[in-house]
Order: sequence, then C-alpha cells, then structure tokens
Amino acid sequence: MTNRMNRFIFLLFFLLFYSTTSQAALEIDVTEGNLRPMPIAITTVIDRQNEQLGLGLDITKVIASDLAGSGLFYPINPKAFLDEVNSVDRSPNFNSWRVINAEALFTAELVYDNERYRINYKLWDTFTEKSLEANYLVFSKSKWRNVAHMIADTIYTRLTDEKGYFDTQIAFIAESGPKTERIKRLAIMDQDGQNAVLLTSGRDLVLTPRFSPNGKELVYLSYRNGQPQVYIYDIQSKQTYVVGTFPGITFAPRFSPDGKKIIMSLQEGVGSNLFEMDLSNFDRKRLTNTSDINTAPSYSPDSSNIVFESDKSGTQQLYVMDANGNNVRRISFGTGSYSTPVWSPRGDYIAFTKISKGRFMIGVMFTDGSGERIITDGFHNEGPTWAPNGRVLMFFRESPGEDGGPMIYSVDITGYNERKIETPGYASDPSWSALMN
Amino acid sequence: MVYKKALNLSVTFLLIFILTGCSSTRKNVEQILFGGGNNNEAEIVSNAIPGSSQDFTVNVGDRVFFATNSTSLDDDAKAILERQASWLELYPEISIIVEGHADERGTREYNIALSAKRADIAVAYLESLGIAGDRVETVPYGKERPVAACSSEACWSQNRRAVSVVIIE
Repeated sequence: MTNRMNRFIFLLFFLLFYSTTSQAALEIDVTEGNLRPMPIAITTVIDRQNEQLGLGLDITKVIASDLAGSGLFYPINPKAFLDEVNSVDRSPNFNSWRVINAEALFTAELVYDNERYRINYKLWDTFTEKSLEANYLVFSKSKWRNVAHMIADTIYTRLTDEKGYFDTQIAFIAESGPKTERIKRLAIMDQDGQNAVLLTSGRDLVLTPRFSPNGKELVYLSYRNGQPQVYIYDIQSKQTYVVGTFPGITFAPRFSPDGKKIIMSLQEGVGSNLFEMDLSNFDRKRLTNTSDINTAPSYSPDSSNIVFESDKSGTQQLYVMDANGNNVRRISFGTGSYSTPVWSPRGDYIAFTKISKGRFMIGVMFTDGSGERIITDGFHNEGPTWAPNGRVLMFFRESPGEDGGPMIYSVDITGYNERKIETPGYASDPSWSALMN
Repeated sequence: MVYKKALNLSVTFLLIFILTGCSSTRKNVEQILFGGGNNNEAEIVSNAIPGSSQDFTVNVGDRVFFATNSTSLDDDAKAILERQASWLELYPEISIIVEGHADERGTREYNIALSAKRADIAVAYLESLGIAGDRVETVPYGKERPVAACSSEACWSQNRRAVSVVIIE
C-alpha cells in the first residue's frame, strides 16, 4: 500500500521536475557534482532460447549495477515499467517510457549462434525518440561479464560524452591475519569487486601492484629475496621476474604510459632517488641525485613530465620535473604533507594523499598545484588510483585499532558517490587498469 | 552464588599469595631448575646462554626508537647501540640484520624509505664504533611489521624502531 503510494509520489516528483529540462539534448555533465542521476529504463535482455531467463537476466543486472554505481544514472525499478519489450527491432512505445520518466531506454536480445552468443542492443532517447546506439557483440559464455561491462561503457559514453570505465580490473593487495603478522597477497578483481583472484601464495610480503598500460602485467614490490625489490608479474603466464639488479633496494615502481619503461626509487645510503629503467635492455637512468627521500613517481600521460614526492623541504611535498630529471618545481604548498601523487590519465589533475593534523585525506589539484580540493578526510585514507576516464578514483581507507584494516573505496573526483568495493577480506593498494577490451 | 563467593575468595587469596610471595617463590623455582644456590636478580636474567640471540635481546637490548618522521639517534638509542657494538666485539663470528620500521602514520612507500634510513643510521653508528660493515645487513619494513597493534602513540612509539637481529651461522 505505502510502497505503491511512495512510488506514485516519486514518479510525480520526477515528472514535475524533469519533464521541462529533458527536452534538451540528453547528456550528463560528469565534471559537476551530480545530484540528479538520469532515470534510465534497462529492460531485461530477451533470451528466447532459454525459458529460465538465466544469462539475459545476469547481463541486465550487471549493466544496471554498473550504471547505478557510477552515481550518474538511476535505473528505474522494472516493476514500474508500463510496457514490455518483445523485440529489439520494433520501435518502442516511447510514450509509455516517458510516463515513468525514463529519459533513456535500453533494449537487447540474446541469440545463440553456433556455440557462441550474440547480443543485439539498442539505446534510445525517449524524448527525441531517436536511437543513440544500435550494435551487437559476439562472445563465448565465459566472457559474459566483460560483455555486460562493455555495453554499460557504451551507454555511459553515449549519455555522458566521456569514456566509460566498467570493463576494467583492479590490482590490489589482499590482506589476512593479525595486524602484527599480516599476510599479503597480490590479487586482481573486476572493477565491481567480482572475480577476485589471488596471484601469490602469501609466503612473501608483497606491496604496491600497478598495472601495465595494456593490462597484461603488474609491476610490484616483493620481499621474495629478503630485501624489497621491484618485480613484474605476467598475468597470463603467471611468471615473475625481477626488474634489473640494483646496488640497494628498489621500490615505488610504475610503468611509463607506453609500457616500455619502469620508474622507481632506489634506496642508496643517505637517501632514496628516482631511476628510470628501460625494459628492453635494462639500461637505467638516474633522475634525481639528493640525500632526501624522493619517491612515489608517476608520469604525465604524454610522458613529458614526472610528479613525485620529496622531503627535501623538511616535509613530504609534491614536485614536478621534466621526464629527464631537469626543471624540478614544487607544486604543493598547503598546510601538512603530501604524498603518493598520481597523474590523471586525462592529464588535467594530480591525485594525492595529504596528511594534516593527524588526518589522512585524498585530494586532487591541477598539475601546477592550483585548485587543491580534498575529496575525503578521516583517520587514514591513502593511495589514490585513477579510473581510465580520469573521473573516478579508488583509494584505501584503514580503520584504526588492533583489529583495524584497509578496505578499498571508489569516489567521483567531485567527492560525491563514495562506495566501498566488496572484497573477500581486507584490501589495500588498489591500481586501476585501462579498459580491457 | 555460594560458588561465586568461594571463587572470589580464592582469587583474592591467590592475589595476596602472588603479591607477597612472588619473589621468594620465583627464586625457589630458579633454584630447582638451575641448581643455583647464590641467587640474585641479575643472575636470574642472565640465564640466557652468552652469545645467543636471547642473550643479545635480554641483556644488551636489540632495538632503538625514533621520534615521528625522525631518523636521528637520541642518547638512549646511542647507549643501546654502544652496548650492541661491545657485544658484537665479544662475538666476532656473529653478524646481524638491522630491520628498519615505521609507525602506521605515514604512506606506504615513504615509510619504506624512512625505515631504510633508520636502519642505515643505526648501522652507520655501529660502524663508527668499529663494527665491520660486512657483518651488518639492513632490511626496511616500512609500516608492514608493527610490534604493537593499537592506533595511539603508546603503540606508534614502539613501532618506530630499528631492531638488530642476531644471525648465528
């Protein structure tokens, strides 16, 4: 009774507020804090060969969950639908979708074809009654989640004019055991927390995995030989190799945007300095030469610059230098210390961890240090990583105390739409891949 | 109820027994175990075999502590390292690994570098006291291996440390 009433009031609310604004071109601005998710009708993928709605329904749910999870869309509860879609080929009865205030409508059908599946799908603007996308994908059954994420990416792109980020993976550290004897394993999962796979046994302490640009390798830190050293893990072959031999410990690795080099810190006596290693011949090039702690380097997406942290001023601050090590300039000047800078894949922002008055925050600033904005603030937030479209961040948040531990969260760069990623246990050091397909 | 009272009473007696009879009871146990007749507290402590890692930990002191974000040795830290150097001179066949550690109030990679610096500074001081560099290795653990798990200064101060671990071949 009350449910139905609520729904009625809700619909009325939407109709009153949105019917006027929706006449304009259907597009969401993702750069603003989005308080008004776009209502979208995602109809269940038609599956004529299967009576039990198995795969079609699964794909539908993943698409709806991706879009809802972005905070930019509001998938309308299918119970509110007034019309049923029986074919993707026929033009929908747009009026029945406008009445429930669906601004966009997604329809799809699944065809079983010679041991492979084919999904035909369409995206409609219900107000202009125009097709925004009509396409298909052919896939083997094991890839159904990727297909759902790829379709969600297409919908996201059509309606926001930004690249999507759903068909991506997260490399992270899976943590277990008591705080004083934490076991850490290299792991990967889908962006939505599904398909988590442990890659190492937990025998060796491992930290800070980062994806290669093509998503096939991870560069990370391992205590495999007693000392921390930088290694590369090949995801398909499961092979591991050490990234060159250095006279000291190496840490804080990251790939260059073309995947051909690794930048990292080498600890040498009085300080830690930055080096670049060419993976084709293991030649190494020194980029800094001071007795300070210079670490956490990250390339700009065009490879022309490197952002890193250094305590040369007495506290950790962010610096940008040319990719050859010249022209070092400090960019962080707020109260507190700054670390773990990561350059956005779009090139516009640098995300960082800020420590001030005993609190750990995640923030972003423009690449010249202006426009600093704190996105989240608390006991311990650390280690941001960018979605490939540069509009969403993940980071880890550690709870205090003896039983405390880290969990991974995602948040829009506007600070809205913070969500916890469900992982099998404690999880830290997230690294977001590029789009997989 | 009666049972509970009886239990309370016995706990009280036990406490009184422990508080009053503690030192003499412990001496008796030591005498039985080790057959010593002429006991004092120092002798009991030094039951660790001389030259063992237990001897080093208990009688010399295996760790020094640092202030937040600091890598400098205070007088207490120097005194302990001086004792470590004297002990290492007594046992020239023994080498050590100095583990550097940081508390949880820093970012991961910075803490690795910070803890490496702490271990290196402890080693440099040992070397200045005459310990050969080839007897000493370092491993930086950053914030990955706390000994105290609470999230307050009481634990963080114990975790900002350099620990010398004795290697006996």
